[in-house]
Amino acid sequence: MIVQGIAQQEMTNSAGDVPLLEVRGITKSFPGVKALQDVSLRLQAGEVLAVIGENGAGKSTLMKILAGVQSPDQGQLLINGREVNLTSVNDALHHGIALIHQELNLSDNLDVAANIFLGREITRFGVLQKKAMSKASGEFLKQVGLKISPQALVKEFSIGQQQLIEIAKALSINAKILIMDEPTSSLSHGETQTLFEIVHMLRSRGVGVIYISHRLGEIKELADRVVVLRDGQRVGELQSEEIRRERMVSLMVGRDIDQFYERSPYPPGETLLEIDRLRTASFPQQTVSLRVRRGEIVGISGLVGAGRTELLEAIFGVTPAISGTIKVRGKVVKLMHPAQAIESGIMLVPEDRKQHGLILEKSVKFNSSLPSLSRFARWNCFTNRQRETQLTKHAISILKIKTPTVEQIVKYLSGGNQQKVVIAKWLEMSPELLLLDEPTRGIDVGAKEEIYHLMDHLAGQGMAIVFVSSEMEEVIGMSDRVLVMREGQISGELQRSELSEEALMQLAT
Amino acid sequence: MKKVLGILALFLAIMAFTAWNSSNFFSSYNMQNLISRISLYSIISIGAAMVIITGGIDLSIGSLIALTGTVLPYLLTEKDWSVFAAVLATMLLSLFIGLCHGLLITKLRLQPFIVTLFGLLFYRGIARWLTNDQSVGYGGDYPHLTSWVTGRIALPGLSDPQEFHLPAVCLFMIVVTILAWFFLNQTIFGRYLFALGRNEEAARYSGIKTQRYVVLTYVICSGLAGLGGILFSLESGSVQPTGFGNFYELYAIAAAVLGGCSLRGGEGTILGVVIGAGILLLLRNTINLLGIPSSLEFAVVGGVILMGAIADELFLRLAVFARSRRRGVIEKDSRIAERTAQ
Repeated sequence: MIVQGIAQQEMTNSAGDVPLLEVRGITKSFPGVKALQDVSLRLQAGEVLAVIGENGAGKSTLMKILAGVQSPDQGQLLINGREVNLTSVNDALHHGIALIHQELNLSDNLDVAANIFLGREITRFGVLQKKAMSKASGEFLKQVGLKISPQALVKEFSIGQQQLIEIAKALSINAKILIMDEPTSSLSHGETQTLFEIVHMLRSRGVGVIYISHRLGEIKELADRVVVLRDGQRVGELQSEEIRRERMVSLMVGRDIDQFYERSPYPPGETLLEIDRLRTASFPQQTVSLRVRRGEIVGISGLVGAGRTELLEAIFGVTPAISGTIKVRGKVVKLMHPAQAIESGIMLVPEDRKQHGLILEKSVKFNSSLPSLSRFARWNCFTNRQRETQLTKHAISILKIKTPTVEQIVKYLSGGNQQKVVIAKWLEMSPELLLLDEPTRGIDVGAKEEIYHLMDHLAGQGMAIVFVSSEMEEVIGMSDRVLVMREGQISGELQRSELSEEALMQLAT
Repeated sequence: MKKVLGILALFLAIMAFTAWNSSNFFSSYNMQNLISRISLYSIISIGAAMVIITGGIDLSIGSLIALTGTVLPYLLTEKDWSVFAAVLATMLLSLFIGLCHGLLITKLRLQPFIVTLFGLLFYRGIARWLTNDQSVGYGGDYPHLTSWVTGRIALPGLSDPQEFHLPAVCLFMIVVTILAWFFLNQTIFGRYLFALGRNEEAARYSGIKTQRYVVLTYVICSGLAGLGGILFSLESGSVQPTGFGNFYELYAIAAAVLGGCSLRGGEGTILGVVIGAGILLLLRNTINLLGIPSSLEFAVVGGVILMGAIADELFLRLAVFARSRRRGVIEKDSRIAERTAQ
């Protein structure tokens, strides 16, 4: 480790004192708000620099400026010591800066080679040279460790593989500076490891990587240096040995968070849910059996694609199970539609909140009252608007949803607040079993802490909670008991005292 | 609400322009005709709007009008059914057709465009086959029935027969409008339509039986088209199956869109749709009264729709810009509040 550190040091020195990229005093305002205020940073060749901060801290704006999407009001950008003026994405690409956005920018109806060369197609007399592009793409794909055909359509690949295709694309333009915005937010553990290896490989080649993530564990593992932003200002920098979770969190939030994961010991109550030999359509050969008691928080761990979401969706009746029995409070229930699950007191906060959790163009009130409308309707038919407003206001105050009014369109809320609106939908209906699928994905530290607190509080009131998470720290921190899934079945169960990352990984792979 | 005021302003502007340029505009004859036409088109437009709010489309409205418009006189004159039985059968036929559309779309997951495109061709074909391409009509034999549409209701205080009388068909429109408004705005089912129209998955994940409501909407739409077909046929007295109701679905869709429905679903108001239908028919009237060649009618109507869409888009951008300004200020305020709290 130490040797590596020295080698690293030498390399940056050998690159000279001129940094690969220097940002000097960047300020950017949007109408009514200062997104960035006098932010400076340096990136050396062969370095991984993590930029962290809560949502709204200015990370995205900074990255957009570096990628030429937006231009700063004040300040300078220097590449290899020379001032540059990036006015477009092409400009940035020309200077060797590539941005890999958290929402992938591939055209999934085109093949891999076409995506890698999109906008820079190899042509002869205006005719596409597909063979040449395919061949060149193959080289870059090999470098990122993808063994796929350049002629295959992008949509055939997993999100993780698509991410790697994006990186291959960045390699193909010979990027010297690679900006990665939340690259692992939808990757499985294995894919994340592959990504890390590639980042290490890029670093050893002298590429400067700017890495943005909410997952502090990753940053600890990957980053040489961390720059922290808060409210558009640079509030601190941590060198390699200082990169620790508590330091990062307190800089991001601006105060100490003493207990990030809260889990008060409650005695679990009677059995609420019993699942016996359930088979889902995605894994028809495997059966799953489990029990959940009141007041218990059960974590479901495992790799992406291990059947965790499918299990929750079968329990919620979104994609009904093909066989097996589900008992709630000792009675067999048929769950063929979410309406029936809700009737039995089972509610799901889905993994993809934008697709399944919310109607983005509608208001906080519209969304939060949607499932409970029928419950509060007059004569089962007419809406009760006072009640809706009252309930929404109540949810806003307990969940601390930051929204100007109940009529605010949810699209304009931050990720954390959107997630709270999804939770608000169910909270008013007092679920007995709450299913949470990746409840803290893509939301900032402050909101995460609040959601953990809420989970603990609800379990204390006797609610049973089953949550799926790809973040092992979260699973370990919050669960009373963890079920690990692998290829559609439960490969093991760990009690709170037995939890460790190694134990989880062993069962998951 | 702002959108409704916007198109209401457009409606009044066209009306003022026409009235200014033609002394005949406010004549009771012209007013009665105009109101009667607007009433008829509003009824079918409300059906189209409901479907559009769920994110669907119904292209079969015009052909269904032709079918019901021929089936009713056919049953009455050829088959000698009683008025009650014939009207009931015609309405049931259109509701059944809507049910079929809905089931094909939800259970077989066919696209609404395809299903109703089939309907557009099929019902027209059936109507023509049923009548051997000959006109059918009521003759003078059903004065009672035709008076539902062509009857004129004296308004209190206007007793002079030369004065303005309210067309009877207007009552249908008022009832349909009120019911539709109530359904969309005051019942949970209306709310479900808005929810599933914009994001059907999210609605389903909220426990809403979305398919049921999609089917219901197609039943309502075809039901209103069927009612429209009956009323249109009564109004004209005789029905030529090849041309009757041609393009009416496009008028209905245009009225819905002018009235603020988004083809992406989840948006729209009933009042807006009625005014939208009003604008289309008012334009027709303007073309007639001002002596603009009637061959230009489609061009004028099309132009107004395009301008409406452009104006709407521009207003939307303005609103987004204003919102981002406001939002920025709010964020800043809450940050300041947080800091002072610390």
